[in-house]
Amino acid sequence: MGQILLQVEDLHTQFFTSRGVVRAVDGVSLHIDAGETLGVVGESGCGKTITALSVLRLVPEPGRITSGKILFRGRDVTKMDDDEIRDFRGNDVAMIFQDPMTSLNPVTKIGFQIEEAMTAHKRFSAGLAKGRVVELLKRVRVPAAETRVKDYPHQFSGGMRQRAMIAMGLANEPALLIADEPTTALDVTVQAQIIQLMKQLNRELGTAMMLITHNMALVASLCQRVVVMYAGRVVEEGPVEQIFDSPQHPYTWSLLRSVPRVDEARKDRLVSIRGLPPDLVNSPAGCKFHPRCPFVVDRCKVEEPPLAEVAPDQVARCWVLMRNARQEDVDAAKTSALSVEAAQTLKAQAKVGGVAGS
Amino acid sequence: MAALQAAEKAPAIAVKPEAVLLRVENAFKYFPVSGLGGLAVRAVDGVDLEIRRGETLGLVGESGCGKSTLARLITALLPVTAGKITFDGQDITKLRGRRLRRIRQKMQMIFQDPYASLDPRMTVGDILQEPLDNFGIGSVGHRRRRVQELLRLVGLNPNFTNRYPHEFSGGQRQRIGIARALALNPSFIVCDEAVSALDVSIQAQIINLLQDLQKEFQLTYLFIAHDLAVVRHLSDRIAVMYLGKVVETADRNDIYERPQHPYTKALLSSIPVPDPKVERERAPITLKGEIPSPVNPPSGCRFHTRCPIARAPGVCSEQEPALEAHGAADQVAACHFAGQA
Repeated sequence: MGQILLQVEDLHTQFFTSRGVVRAVDGVSLHIDAGETLGVVGESGCGKTITALSVLRLVPEPGRITSGKILFRGRDVTKMDDDEIRDFRGNDVAMIFQDPMTSLNPVTKIGFQIEEAMTAHKRFSAGLAKGRVVELLKRVRVPAAETRVKDYPHQFSGGMRQRAMIAMGLANEPALLIADEPTTALDVTVQAQIIQLMKQLNRELGTAMMLITHNMALVASLCQRVVVMYAGRVVEEGPVEQIFDSPQHPYTWSLLRSVPRVDEARKDRLVSIRGLPPDLVNSPAGCKFHPRCPFVVDRCKVEEPPLAEVAPDQVARCWVLMRNARQEDVDAAKTSALSVEAAQTLKAQAKVGGVAGS
Repeated sequence: MAALQAAEKAPAIAVKPEAVLLRVENAFKYFPVSGLGGLAVRAVDGVDLEIRRGETLGLVGESGCGKSTLARLITALLPVTAGKITFDGQDITKLRGRRLRRIRQKMQMIFQDPYASLDPRMTVGDILQEPLDNFGIGSVGHRRRRVQELLRLVGLNPNFTNRYPHEFSGGQRQRIGIARALALNPSFIVCDEAVSALDVSIQAQIINLLQDLQKEFQLTYLFIAHDLAVVRHLSDRIAVMYLGKVVETADRNDIYERPQHPYTKALLSSIPVPDPKVERERAPITLKGEIPSPVNPPSGCRFHTRCPIARAPGVCSEQEPALEAHGAADQVAACHFAGQA
């Protein structure tokens, strides 16, 4: 596509806690082209939000970026001084968060908060900024923008607040907008409105977008490329269509099959991933996914696979790869069930014990 | 309260009476708002619903539409303002004392937040044994064995009885919540957003578990969620609520293939699908505006302010549509122009 806007190279962000070092981001490399929408997916605790916060150097204590490069238009964000990073945030990259209520100041008017985002960065003069506020609210389709600039956040509904947050994010015309679960807290009909808005803005303004989400459907709807993260690492990356069509990493494959689709009649069972995501203080040896992987082979337990090319533009971190997985393993993974035996025992016991009916 | 009298009754659906486990007839729940001069939040505003033995009825709708309040009426956790709810042939709105307790044993609830719904100071064993103690079931030894069986049944180690909730992950806690709901061998379980707070892979485990348990124990579920994909996957029939009313009920496939109410249609079209090819073609019907206040719902059809096909001013803003048969067999919708969206 276009030229590379953001390039993250071998990023490590760690949290130094009393329990030990939490390797939240453990060697992540990714890039975003100008005007592109990139989806970053994975379950809670896989490091997707910390990756985004690292890009803005907003990692909370006791965390810090321990190594790696974050190049924005060739400049290394990790080496910027205080003035430079201040200028970079908001002007070059803006971020919108999941919960629009806690990220807006409840005691100042919406209009003022958007204006402040502009005057703080001195991109627009005070007079110009005031006029732009209404224009921005109109751009994110807030009805009656002229009067609503004087409202406080509590007078806005959830969807309207998220629109105001997006307006604030766009205030300084950043080249990249990072959206962290922007629709998770919203109802489906409002979510649809926000998705449509984000699509339009990406088309109209050419703002590149990094969408952080656990919702595969949202990625399918909004993104061109997708990065799948697990335990602080990138496990698969590629164009959206390719990844959804032929995922090669078992984690991606399972994620895609663990969610029901509203447009399909019921299938027998959902694929569930056994066990839990690993503890990032003591992550497993070898492939981080091997304790939960239905396709595990001996090599997975001792040696971590590299992120290798599996198809044009598609990389995956796996020794087996889905296209080589044995059919019986695939079938077994699709029909993992609760121990039927246990259920039978319980039923028998209940009858004998007289619990039933009583 | 004029609406109480004005509300129409739903037509009877041709289902054998013994096949219906729970029937809600013209149920209302108003919460008075202090300082608003006798005004009330009309959380449930004339609902008719039936839940059949052994089925899963999905209940969907946006936040504030009254789903959870309805669930609390059905489980007799809240008294109705008006209306009738029959469970197994008994009107539970009139029951008190021992007879209410006996009914409660048959209906259990699984809650959304596995962190808030377990007492942090009780061990898992105590949590699971409490319902058995309350109802005086079996000997002490029997109760202990039963607790271990319950843990095994939901896929947890039966030796975990001495652990506390904080030692478990979200998914494991939800399993404990399910085990607790099963303790008294209920016939009916309300799952109120029971999988919404869980990560996708864990969510799939719990959904599969709920299905297995239903098959094993012939359970009837009322499954409440805002995620329509999950609801469609789990339910046999689906009821859609809007602003305190059921606007459509149908078989899970019929409701998706030929929704009769424009709200159902919009709701279904707004859900993204995890498939980029479908997504490129999908044209969501975006509803204008927001859900109106349940204190002062719109006149006539309450959806008319946001409806893409409403005739307002006209019949839609003047006359409230009744829940009548439209579309497929066993499908009802409350719309003057059902099926025309």
